[in-house]
Amino acid sequence: MEKRVTFSSWTIGILFAVPQLLLIFTFFYWPAGQAVYWSLTLQQPWGGGNIWVGLDNFRSILSNADYWNSITASLVFAGISTGLAMFIALVLAALTDRQLAGSRFYRVVLIWPYGIAAPALAMAFRFILAPEAGFMAVVNQVWPGFWDPGLNGADAMASIIAAFSWKYIGYNFIFFLAAFQAIPRSLIEAAAMDGSGVVRRFWDIQFPLITPTIFFLLVINITESFQDSFGIVDIMTSGGPANATNLMVYKIYSDGFKGLDYSGAAAQSIILMVLIVVLTIFQFRFIERRVHYR
Amino acid sequence: MASITIRDVKKSYAKSQVVHGVDLDIASGEFVVILGPSGCGKSTLLRMIAGLEEISGGEIAIDGTVVNKLEPRERGCAMVFQNYALYPHMSVAQNIGYSLKVAGVPAAERTRRIQAVARTLELEHLLDRKPMALSGGQRQRVAMGRAMIREPKVFLFDEPLSNLDAKLRVQMRSEIRKLHRRLNATSVFVTHDQVEAMTLADRLVVMNGGRVEQVGTPGEIYNRPASRFVATFVGAPAMNILEGTVELDGISLLGGSRRLAVQRAGLAVGAQVAVGIRPEAVRLVAPGTAGALDATVDLVEELGAGRVIYVDLDGASFSVMTSEAVHPDPGSTVGLRFLLDDMHFFSSQTGTRLEVFKASVPEPAL
Repeated sequence: MEKRVTFSSWTIGILFAVPQLLLIFTFFYWPAGQAVYWSLTLQQPWGGGNIWVGLDNFRSILSNADYWNSITASLVFAGISTGLAMFIALVLAALTDRQLAGSRFYRVVLIWPYGIAAPALAMAFRFILAPEAGFMAVVNQVWPGFWDPGLNGADAMASIIAAFSWKYIGYNFIFFLAAFQAIPRSLIEAAAMDGSGVVRRFWDIQFPLITPTIFFLLVINITESFQDSFGIVDIMTSGGPANATNLMVYKIYSDGFKGLDYSGAAAQSIILMVLIVVLTIFQFRFIERRVHYR
Repeated sequence: MASITIRDVKKSYAKSQVVHGVDLDIASGEFVVILGPSGCGKSTLLRMIAGLEEISGGEIAIDGTVVNKLEPRERGCAMVFQNYALYPHMSVAQNIGYSLKVAGVPAAERTRRIQAVARTLELEHLLDRKPMALSGGQRQRVAMGRAMIREPKVFLFDEPLSNLDAKLRVQMRSEIRKLHRRLNATSVFVTHDQVEAMTLADRLVVMNGGRVEQVGTPGEIYNRPASRFVATFVGAPAMNILEGTVELDGISLLGGSRRLAVQRAGLAVGAQVAVGIRPEAVRLVAPGTAGALDATVDLVEELGAGRVIYVDLDGASFSVMTSEAVHPDPGSTVGLRFLLDDMHFFSSQTGTRLEVFKASVPEPAL
């Protein structure tokens, strides 16, 4: 029987919950409510009153080609970076789980990138991927003009994807490794006795058993790629060139705080929130069916 | 069907050696049980046969082929694991048929063979269930089915019954025995449960501390234990052991406080021996009977068909099992009498069995 702490009095329970509720209210519900309100009004950039405009802000955003470009860029970024970060982490975790030589080394080292703040790692990647001086300069010397994120939108997108994936590989790796290690050794041994080789065992036994973790990481990675990408974009490309990396979260910031269009930015943040909610619901509805919970 | 030959097999991990040179020959079709306390290396030995542990030294051959370097799947063994190791995301049918699927057996034949195995094990109505939805005994049977369907040369069992409740264990025990009689495949069964070992084995291997203590039929192991360890490990309640010194006309026991007037029967005078008597070989007699040892009753355990009487022999505890209708009260005095034929002698130093001349000696004058 699981032991549960119960409170004899209802008020004591509430009192314990109050600090957390206060935090959630102050830093989530209140700002979110404020954003909803702003998105329905026209805010003065320097304060001093507003005008109720209903859904006009949304209409103007959704009829703007720049905004649709931003949505496309965000989806491309989310899809590729989630795929890369999860695939590479899965391979590394599978190798570590097999206790191959050096697995102890990567188990420690692969966790570090997640501990680095996005702007700091973006700074590092900006140097590494600089076309004139970094690692890519060597490639440019062989094929002149091959790589220039300052001019080529695809190169810029590849740069921010590389930086973001690099950070999340470490995060995903920890979860994948934990999932692999939770599979009883005897299951793998039983499969070996049944004549299954290493690769076959991975697909038949290990992969289906870690599907809950894959699903969890998919939701987290997609959500984070919409939100945690801000620091990377800001430092590495500032949304350029020609809006190629102007992801939704970055556009909210630049329209709102640089363009001083608070109402438009608020409307964009509501759309971003709705998009993430819809994507998460979609994942739960259609992908979770293929998950084997034990 | 296959024979297994084990030659001087050793296993060591980074720091410690857990199996110290085991030699064993298992004939084709034989049911061999490896019995020993936990940590004696019995499971490690089994896993080395299966190919799940690397062999640090020596040689294992199945049907004359040395398998040391072969992958588990190339050895033709099937194994039943202690925790069953059923694939939780597959149905019973998929669990049983997995090895055939891996081997590329066509779906139609696979279904036919799964059905056949399920019929033998009475699992037909459960084929679509997931392991989660099965009881312990059913899971056990699925694990057996998974091993059976491959028609392996060798069956390996790693304490497969230890997770079942007592009643189910007895039932599965006889099912395994019946199955073996029908399939007649070479089987190696590892257990720490001596009842399981005695009832299942054609031949019993008793292991301790990474070494084989004795190999023999259950009868041989029980009646002529080769060492003090085997004597006390096999049999319940355990064999009584009394330390003593051999004298000219008998044995002085328990540091001289008791004497047993028996013929030396070949034991050297002055030798330190451990005298073993099985609880069921002790006869209760009236206190003060000549040649018997008097002891104080500590505790009586009623078993229904009989009872175990624990007595105190100058501080040494001693048990007597009797089916006679005697009910001594705790604290009362009883006489214990045993025959030379029922006594086992072990060297106090090495624990090995000391042979005595029994057949030629008539019942000694007590």
